[in-house]
Formats: sequence, structure tokens, C-alpha cells
Amino acid sequence: MNRPAANIKTLKIDGRDVTARPEETILEVARQNNIFIPRLCELKGLSTVGACRLCLVEVKGSNRLLPACVTRVEEGMEVTTSSERLDGYRKAILELLFTERNHICSVCVSNAHCELQSLAQKLGITHVHFPYRYPVVAVDASHERFIVDHNRCILCSRCVRVCEEIEGAHTWDIMGRGIDALVITDLNQPWGSSESCTGCGKCVHVCPTGALSEKGRSVAEMLKRRQFLPYLTLMREDRE
Amino acid sequence: MATGALSDFAKPAPPNQDKRWRLVDATMRRLGQHPRGLIETLHTVQEAYGYLDEEALRYVATSLRVPLSRAYGVATFYHFFTLKPAGEHTCVVCMGTACYIKGAPQLLDTVKRDLGVKPGETTSDGKVSVLTARCLGSCGLAPAVVYDREVAGKVTPHGMREHLAQWKTP
Amino acid sequence: MTPEELEQISESEHEAQGKFAHRVNVCVAAGCLSCQSQSVKDALDKDITRRGWEGRCQTKGVGCMGLCAEGPLVSTDNGTMYKGVTAADAPEILDSVESSPIERLLCPTDVPFFQRQKKIVLENSGIIDAERIEDYIGSLGYGALIKVLTEMTPPEVIQEVVKSGLRGRGGAGYPTGLKWSTVAKAAGPAKFIICNADEGDPGAFMDRSVLESDPHRVLEGMLIAAYAVGASEGFIYVRAEYPLAIKRLRTAIRQAERMGLLGTSICGTRFSFRIDLRLGAGAFVCGEETALIASVEGKRGTPRPRPPYPAQEGLFGEPTLINNVETFANISPIIRNGGDWYAKIGTEKSKGTKVFALAGRVQNTGLVEVPMGVTLREIVFEIGGGIPEGRKFKAVQTGGPSGGCLPAELLDMPVDYESLARAGSIMGSGGMIVMDESSCMVDVAKYFMDFCMTESCGKCVPCRVGTYQMHRLLESITQLEGTPKDVALLTELCDLLKNTSLCGLGQSAPNPVISTMRSFADEYKAHVEERRCPAGVCGNHRNSEEPA
Ligand SMILES: Cc1cc2nc3c(=O)[nH]c(=O)nc-3n(C[C@H](O)[C@H](O)[C@H](O)COP(=O)(O)O)c2cc1C
Ligand code: FES
Ligand code: FES
Repeated sequence: MNRPAANIKTLKIDGRDVTARPEETILEVARQNNIFIPRLCELKGLSTVGACRLCLVEVKGSNRLLPACVTRVEEGMEVTTSSERLDGYRKAILELLFTERNHICSVCVSNAHCELQSLAQKLGITHVHFPYRYPVVAVDASHERFIVDHNRCILCSRCVRVCEEIEGAHTWDIMGRGIDALVITDLNQPWGSSESCTGCGKCVHVCPTGALSEKGRSVAEMLKRRQFLPYLTLMREDRE
Repeated sequence: MATGALSDFAKPAPPNQDKRWRLVDATMRRLGQHPRGLIETLHTVQEAYGYLDEEALRYVATSLRVPLSRAYGVATFYHFFTLKPAGEHTCVVCMGTACYIKGAPQLLDTVKRDLGVKPGETTSDGKVSVLTARCLGSCGLAPAVVYDREVAGKVTPHGMREHLAQWKTP
Repeated sequence: MTPEELEQISESEHEAQGKFAHRVNVCVAAGCLSCQSQSVKDALDKDITRRGWEGRCQTKGVGCMGLCAEGPLVSTDNGTMYKGVTAADAPEILDSVESSPIERLLCPTDVPFFQRQKKIVLENSGIIDAERIEDYIGSLGYGALIKVLTEMTPPEVIQEVVKSGLRGRGGAGYPTGLKWSTVAKAAGPAKFIICNADEGDPGAFMDRSVLESDPHRVLEGMLIAAYAVGASEGFIYVRAEYPLAIKRLRTAIRQAERMGLLGTSICGTRFSFRIDLRLGAGAFVCGEETALIASVEGKRGTPRPRPPYPAQEGLFGEPTLINNVETFANISPIIRNGGDWYAKIGTEKSKGTKVFALAGRVQNTGLVEVPMGVTLREIVFEIGGGIPEGRKFKAVQTGGPSGGCLPAELLDMPVDYESLARAGSIMGSGGMIVMDESSCMVDVAKYFMDFCMTESCGKCVPCRVGTYQMHRLLESITQLEGTPKDVALLTELCDLLKNTSLCGLGQSAPNPVISTMRSFADEYKAHVEERRCPAGVCGNHRNSEEPA
């Protein structure tokens, strides 16, 4: 893509000079430059929602923390992606996620392949200092090939978005609100009885945790393949 | 939006002969049969039938070309909508700030004790549904309760007990 | 509709009303209606017929007179006001219009509650019949619209609003003129106006009252805004819990359409504007502007990150101006009297008046409109008449679930945006709940956290799980089972939610906790260190004595 140089923004991320196209977000630019910013709801190829709040960064001149996944770059911006304060917030947010449902890694199909788990390790979380909630939520194995286990769901809405935006089926959505929210298929019916599900499995592969998995996997066996997503997005853009 | 696809789209027939579906159809027509008319249409269904059941959700969703899961998501997001039929009578206790500090919690306790139901529930005989509201805008009359459709102000547990007893006797 | 026609309607309305020797106004806003004021009005009408006074005495159903707790309220044209009127009192009231007032029902109007108010937004409330557009026109209604359409360019209108210094009455206090000019400058094939009538703060009823008492004023404000920013379609997002307001708005829209004040080529100009209603469905978060937009679009009312702001990308992706009911209600007086006139009222940074819904443990509950900058003490003790039953004042809560509790030490603080923010609260939409020593401040904090938890949309993690955790901690403290460690965790979560939540709901959810921890630290201490509730509210057994 040959754009005039005037359309290139220069900014600093963690003291490094980087360049970016104006429509890019801080997170995208950081990723291109191998600067790590934690995130869970964002996934390349899907729309952004700014919901998990893990990607919050400090921007010089702004008294608020800004979500890197939705904040566009600006000329001369000075971004800090890691600090004691940011890491403290990120750990607290991850801890809150661990207390919200029942995340028992040792028996999870996604053990060792889970984005939640690996972020917690990376940020050095050794224990959770908020009380656990232990909700009673269901496991739905009615689909012939897939399972949804609400105990592991973090409500990132990636499944909802991939199903609507890429597959075009809109089988998934979220019901209820607040702490009682749940992902659902169709009219909150067993996944296996869904009329709109095409069985494509995209939702399973974008799910960051063990909430969505393929049947027949035992502990730590559920490897997710995400390569299809940027490819599909690219194919669409070319067609348009 | 591809208009070609739209013209191929056939609006489903109402689930049954009930005349109230005409009201629902009228609302959908007024809003151009557009997905963005979902909430307004659900309001009409709830007004006509008292609640939203699966059949109604399915009919509205398919008529407006809204994905089923989105219709369900919307219906359960807004507390004004209910998926279960209400009792013969409803008793709405305001739990807004003014009512709260003027004794609404005691009113709820009274309901719980007298009827054995919590907010959002209906007595087992189907007589009374108990709901709570977030401020009825009648704070000047706190604590406020709505019995069926009538707002009562400065309600005491005693007055409430009498009102509920009236409903319980057939 | 031409200026001349409007003038004509106004004159014939004055003439029609002037034919009556007497007039009796009955409040038929929601507060009084729920005390059977309609039957009072019916009884008056019946007695007028019985007396054959049809051409002599007019009864009028009017909007809120302010003192909602004393309803039904009735006023007569000689300035007398009656409270607690029943249908049986009708004959006596009609007798009194030609003789001396009825002592038994008299509601004195020479008291601070009425004298200290300054009515701009509420100037017609309690005076005109909300269901008749002619009555509004007879009170200078739609004159401001005609003025902008015939004499002013859109930039001039915006300039006048900028000059007035008006700030948004929906909570945040964003300068209205600035918002208007942003939307005016934004490019888009279509622009929208939304009136935020969601009034979600539990304990606030100002917007409801304005909509029920003077709906045309809000329509006129929206029309002027639409002309100023170049919008052709508007929505009023009103709570479904306000059926009367909805009904009167529908009537008002129909009347304005019939008179050619809404629709295409308004007043023969090229300006066209339509207004439609959208009903809320019981979600506080839908007061937040991006959630409100999602809701108008028929979706789950979840907020999205800003920017882009609605002024750039709002409803259906187009530039959208969102203002609160009271903000719009201020517009026509500003246009009529000029921005400079408005800017003379209030304080340096907070101009004009503010309507407050005064409720809770205070003598006079109801609606009051006061100039910005009066002190809390004046509102609570002079206008509000102080605390009933000789009890002691403890705190006044402003801003609802996003606000804070202000203790007695702050009573002499002027009420304006900056002072309230400095004190750890916010102006909010105008709910003001007075509490006395019978309220426990930890319990109040728990109450608001319960509210925020159930109203959290669930999209972002800090708000969804954080409010749950904070509520659980407050629950255990109010069960007298909390520890000092719980208070420390609460403090940590306050900081987290404030700084990391996606929208205003989560960001301000800690405010009631922070403000009570600051001003009533000893109460928290008593709960966790001595396992004692000083107000006697908390514990395993709620005292279920009858409320006074
Ligand atoms: C959680 C939340 C609830 C809100 N509720 C309301 C409301 O009920 N009414 C209102 O006018 N503004 C409400 N607001 C403020 C609006 O987002 C917005 O700022 C306002 O409508 C703008 O109008 P104004 O500039 O005239 O104040 C709320 C904001 C938040 C964050
Ligand atoms: S990745 Fe930005 S908020 Fe989740
Ligand atoms: S708090 Fe109950 S009516 Fe407002």
C-alpha cells in the first residue's frame, strides 16, 4: 500500500520511536514492533469492543488510561505500556476474572493453551486476593462436535463477534446483564438444537479459554487454531 | 443493505389467530419492519400479552430479521421485559433512594413474610406477583408502592398487609 | 404557522381565558394524580355545572406545583394554594374564590419554599395545561422558535447558547454551546437530536415533572437545537416507567405537528424536523449516551468506548446531539431573553438555575428550582424546612449512584458543578436525598453498590466483577461480619473501578463508597472493629419497626 509520507504518524511507545498509519490503534502498532500489551477481548480480524480493560496504557497528556485496542495513534503521542500502576490494575482485573467463574486449570481442556492462564503467569499472579464466587453454571454438550463450558467463560464476546462478523450466522449473543450475563445460542436453547449454527467451529477456535472446545479432548489437549481469521478477513477485504 | 435479498424475504405469519398480533404487526410496520424496531415491538408484545414467550420472541425476531440470539439478549437485558406471565395482581415496591431510606426494605420484608415470595416471583396460586422498581418518580410520597396500576404513597407495612390480604381472599 | 398566526393564537387564548371571572388550577402531574387529584378536578367541574358557573369559573389541570408530598394541590387565581384537597372539598373551594380562603386547607405560599425559588425551567409548571398547546403558546411558547427561524442564523443561535454559559443538566455539566457547535461542524448526510429523558437516578424526578407539566418546552428546545446544528430528525428516549410523561409527550408532538411546528417546512422555511419517542425498558446504564444510542438502535444497551463521541459518530453512525430534558427546557428562555440575561444568574462557572428533587428525611419534599450557587443549607433547611420530628441532619446525597454523601460540615458549600465535584460528589441530574441519624452511611453505600451491581451492563470486567465484589464486601460489613481488611480491599477496588472501567457507570460507582468513607470513617470503623452499627440499621436482624 503506497500512501504518501504525510499520512504516516510518528509516536513513541515505551520510549521507542515508531511509525504508524493514522487508522491504526496503539495495540496494532505495538504488536508490529514486538511490544507486548496484554489483552483478552481483542483479536486481530474481529471488531474491537474495549471490554476486558487489560490493554489500558498511559498516554502522556491524558489523565485517563486509554484502551490500546481502540485508541488510534496520534502524531507525537507518548505511550507507556507497562508501569507499576498498570501492572497492578492488570493483575487485579485478571484476578477478578478468576474469581468470577470456576477456573480450575488442572482439569481444563485448555490447560497450558489458555490465554487467561498464560497472561496470569506472565504478569506473575501467584494467588488471588479477592474471594471466589463459585457460581453454579452449566456445561452444554448437546452439540455433536462442540462443548460450551460456562465455568470457563470470561465473556470476552469473541465467539459472538466471529459468528456475526465472519461466519454471518449470529448464533451467539449475550443474555442478561452484569454478573449474571451468559453467552447463549439462539433463544437460549441447547447448542445442539440451534437452527442458525452452521457448525463451522470458528467460535471454538477464537475462544481464549476452555469455555468452547471440541468434543473428545481431554485435559490440556484443546489446541486452538486462529490462523484462519486474519486470512478470512484479508480475503474479504480483497473482495471488497 | 442488499435490497434484492430483502424483497425475497417473506414476513412469517403470526403464530396464531389471536387478534393482539395485529397490534404487534402495526408497530413493526410503523417502524418499517426494520431490525432497529426490536425494542419498540417487544414493548407492544408485552403490553398486549403481559410477557414475552418464546413464540413471541421467535415471531418478532424473524419478522424483523433480527437473529434469535440477539432478540433473546435484548429481552433479557432490559428489566422491564419479563419472560414469564405475571400473577393476577402485581405489587411493585419502589426501591429508589427516597423510598429506601423511608422504609421500603421493611415493606419488602412484609411481602416476603406475608406472601412467601421474593421480588420477581409470583405466589404459587398465581394471585400476586411482586416486583421492585428503581424510583417511580413519586419520591415526594415515599415509600411508594404500585398496586396493579395505582400508585400508593406513604405506605406502611400495616397498610400494605391489608391491601395484600384483600387480594388473597377470592 | 407564521409569527402573526402564533400571535393570534396567543391572543385568542388570552381572550378565552380572560372571559372567566375565576380560575381554579388542579395539579394533575403524577405525584398529585396518585393522591386522586383527578377526582378533585372532576368534583370541581361537577359543582361548577351544578352552580351554572360554566362561563364564570374555569378549572384547569396543570403541571407540578412543587410541593409533591402535600398533594393534591389546588390553586385559585387570587394566589391562594390549598393542600391535601379531597373531592369533598370542591364546593367549599368554589365558595372561597369569591370570599375568604379556607383556613383548614391553606398552604402558605409566603414561605421560603416558594419565595426562595427562581423559576425558569419550571416557569409554566403549575400554571399551564400541559395537554393544550394553545396554553403554552399563550405563555410565550414557540416564540423563541419563531425568533430563531425568522431572525437568526444557526451560528447566531449557537452563539447565544454559548454566551448563556448553560451546561448540561444530565450530570457531567458539559458546556451546551460547545457541544452544539461540535455537532454543527460535524459533517454527515443526516444528523440527529436525542433528548435524554431516561432519568435513571433513583430518587430524582425533575425530568419527569418537566415532561408532565410542560412538554412543549422540551420540544421547542429540541427544535431550536435542530435548527442550530442542522438536524432533521429527533428522538426522545423516555423511561417506560413514566406512562403519564409518555402520554403527554405524544399529545404534544401530535399538536405541534398539526400546527405545523413539527414536520416539513416549519413556519414556511426550509427547516424540517420530526420527533419520535423511544421507550426505555428499565436499564440505568441507558442514560449513558453511547448505551442510549445502542438502545435507540434496538440493541442491548451496552456503552462503547469514546472517542468517537456521539457528536461525531452517534445514532446510526451519524453526528448526534444528546442533551438532557432540563438542558433543552432552558433553551427557549435563553433565546427569548438573551444569553447575557441567563449568564447573570448563578455563579461564575455554573450559570442559571437548577431544578432539584428534594426528598428523603426533609420537611418539604418536592421540586425546587434555585439559582446555582445557593448553599446546601439554604436548600435543606430554608427551602426544605429542615428535618422532621426534631431529628438531626446527617447527610445529603446528590448525584445518585454516581454521586456522594455530603456531611453537615459541608452544608455551607455553594451548590455548583465545581464545588460538588471537589467535595467528592457530583451535581448529577438533580436528585437530592436528605438523610438523618436514622440512616447508616455504610448501609447507604451498600444500597448504591447494589444498584450499580444490578445495573452494570456486564461488558467490561472491572465494573461487572468489581461491583459484585464491592457489594459482597459491603454486605459482610453491614452484616457486622466485616474486618478492617475488607475495608482495605474496598479501597483498592474503588481505585480500580474508577480508573479502569469502560463507562461512567463503573467509573463513578465507587463515589458513594469513597465519599462515605471520607466523611463517615468512624461509622465504617464501628462496623468492622466493634461490630456495631451506630445508627442501629445493620446486623442480622433488620429492625422491622413501622416506619414513621
Ligand atoms: C451511567 C450513566 C447514567 C446516566 N443517566 C443519565 C440520565 O438518566 N439522564 C441524563 O440526562 N443523563 C444521564 N447521563 C449523562 C449522559 O450520558 C449525557 O452526559 C447527558 O445526557 C448529556 O446531556 P447534557 O449535556 O444536556 O447533560 C448518564 C451518564 C451515565 C454515565
Ligand atoms: S483488549 Fe482492549 S479492552 Fe480488551
Ligand atoms: S425513590 Fe421511590 S418513587 Fe422515587
